[in-house]
Amino acid sequence: MATNDALTATGHIHHEAAQQQRGVMVTKTEDFGQDLTTLNLGPTHPATHGIFQNILQMDGEKIISGVPTIGYIHRAFEKIAERRPFYQITPLTDRMNYCSSPINNMGWHMTVEKLLGIEVPKRAQYIRVIMMELARIADHLVCNGILGVDTGAFSGFLYLFEERENIYEIYEEVCGSRLTTNMGRVGGMERDLSPVALEKLRTWLKRFPAVMREFQNLFDRNRIFMDRTINVGPISAERALNYGFTGPNLRAAGVDYDVRVMNPYSSYQDFDFEIPVGTNGDTYDRYLVRNEEIWQSLRIINQALENLPEGPYHADAPHYYLPPKQEVYRNMEALIYHFKIIMGEIDAPAGEVYHSVEGGNGELGFYLISDGGRTPYRLHFRRPCYIYYQAYPEMVVGSTLSDAIITLSSMNVIAGELDA
Amino acid sequence: MTDLNTSPAAQQKAADYVKAHAAIGNEQILTRLQELFGADTFSDVEEQYGLLTATVAREKIHEIIDVLHGEEQLQLNFLTTMCGVHWPENEGKELSVVYQLHSLVNNIRLRLKIFFPIQDPVVPTLTDVYATANWMEREAYDFFGIIFTGHPNLIRILNVEDMDYHPMRKEYPLEDGTREDKTDLFFGR
Repeated sequence: MATNDALTATGHIHHEAAQQQRGVMVTKTEDFGQDLTTLNLGPTHPATHGIFQNILQMDGEKIISGVPTIGYIHRAFEKIAERRPFYQITPLTDRMNYCSSPINNMGWHMTVEKLLGIEVPKRAQYIRVIMMELARIADHLVCNGILGVDTGAFSGFLYLFEERENIYEIYEEVCGSRLTTNMGRVGGMERDLSPVALEKLRTWLKRFPAVMREFQNLFDRNRIFMDRTINVGPISAERALNYGFTGPNLRAAGVDYDVRVMNPYSSYQDFDFEIPVGTNGDTYDRYLVRNEEIWQSLRIINQALENLPEGPYHADAPHYYLPPKQEVYRNMEALIYHFKIIMGEIDAPAGEVYHSVEGGNGELGFYLISDGGRTPYRLHFRRPCYIYYQAYPEMVVGSTLSDAIITLSSMNVIAGELDA
Repeated sequence: MTDLNTSPAAQQKAADYVKAHAAIGNEQILTRLQELFGADTFSDVEEQYGLLTATVAREKIHEIIDVLHGEEQLQLNFLTTMCGVHWPENEGKELSVVYQLHSLVNNIRLRLKIFFPIQDPVVPTLTDVYATANWMEREAYDFFGIIFTGHPNLIRILNVEDMDYHPMRKEYPLEDGTREDKTDLFFGR
């Protein structure tokens, strides 16, 4: 960046002023005896995929240090939750990791069910598994698609986003919405899988593997992609554990921790699937782990669909599960329950519950303290993004700016979950 | 028909689940903990939905978590989460920090709590043991005003820098207390 005209004093000042105008500050540090650049990456930058800022100290192209600033879309969910009855908290969880809302929704429902001791029927559990695995696929598709874009290959992203769109159409059939799904209820699903939903799901299951293979053919052994991602943004298993990594990012470092296997919920123990692990914990491993998880999720969905049990799709818990609308119009009991649930007038037992699910990015935990009232006394979300994003400076120091960008997209930091 | 007072049954169900999946039972964990740190270190020991919960003195929390991090038998070396809680009615122990440890090998969890007065919200930092404690502690500072001594960079994290209060404390209600349109004879809040 030091051009010839910068050698003269006036030229240098001119250069500095121009840099400052573009949001780049030039500072002199005696430690290095040379010009360091402070680069303000974000908060709104097309390559950060979300609103968070990194103030990077650069020595030419090399990153010397990074300071992340977060909180740009903080919405105080934990505070808001203290005033809301349990079922009104579900829409808050939608807005955390909005790439895989059904997982958040169901994680929250399961937390409340654990507090109340509600046994959910098998059919509902299987439907939940199908929806959660679809959400995981959608989440990983976004991450790997964007990773392709950041390394300069746009076509993979287009292939995958078409499939994400199809997943959203299945969501739409199941719960009526696409991104912030608010899917299911405390006690099960709000409705059974409709024939149209099943049909869409089956069509998609036939169609998707070919697209995924095509995507992998484009990237997996692509020379440019491998050069750009191998050994970029690596983290050792030891450091990853110390930083509290979970999910694909931890598995890419070689630790086979998966909540679905270690503490199975919603009948995950019924399904046969494997946990892919990487070795280096670099960007390429994270990419491969996510791809393989997509295949494993497909396996789970196929098994769940094949063995989908008959029976009710929600628990018999009239105090918490809304009665059918026809009943509400005709039956006094149903009307009373409907009213009490909607007004949030039903107290929950006192206790402390921690429940975690395997979210798109790792262990998504809900720590709920109930004092016996209608709302949580305190609700803390263990957001995997928030916890592992603090390792980002350590992972990018010493690498170049372009590597920092793809490290960020391969970590799949979702701003909504980061800031909650 | 679900009974409203389902808590004991729910507790039992969760405890059975934990017993089925963990390699070490909660009684054994407690025995080992008392062996390491002394029997009177842990008070208010309970099982909350199968999760072993204990209260310790705040002076001891750093030592306990540090020792457990390198301990071979339990291998409680993963800090799952940590958060502040405010109990305004609990005089002399208004603030609390809850730590949750996990062993990825034995699949056991442990929840440790410390309580301290709101006038003296000072807690030793864990950043020297767990790198992940850094932002967790900043969050607890931001929302509850808990000071972690020895923290390398204890500044607000999610709220704006010039905020002069700690919003998750219970004295800050979500809604304006002077509002009258929500007061209702039958469905009042």
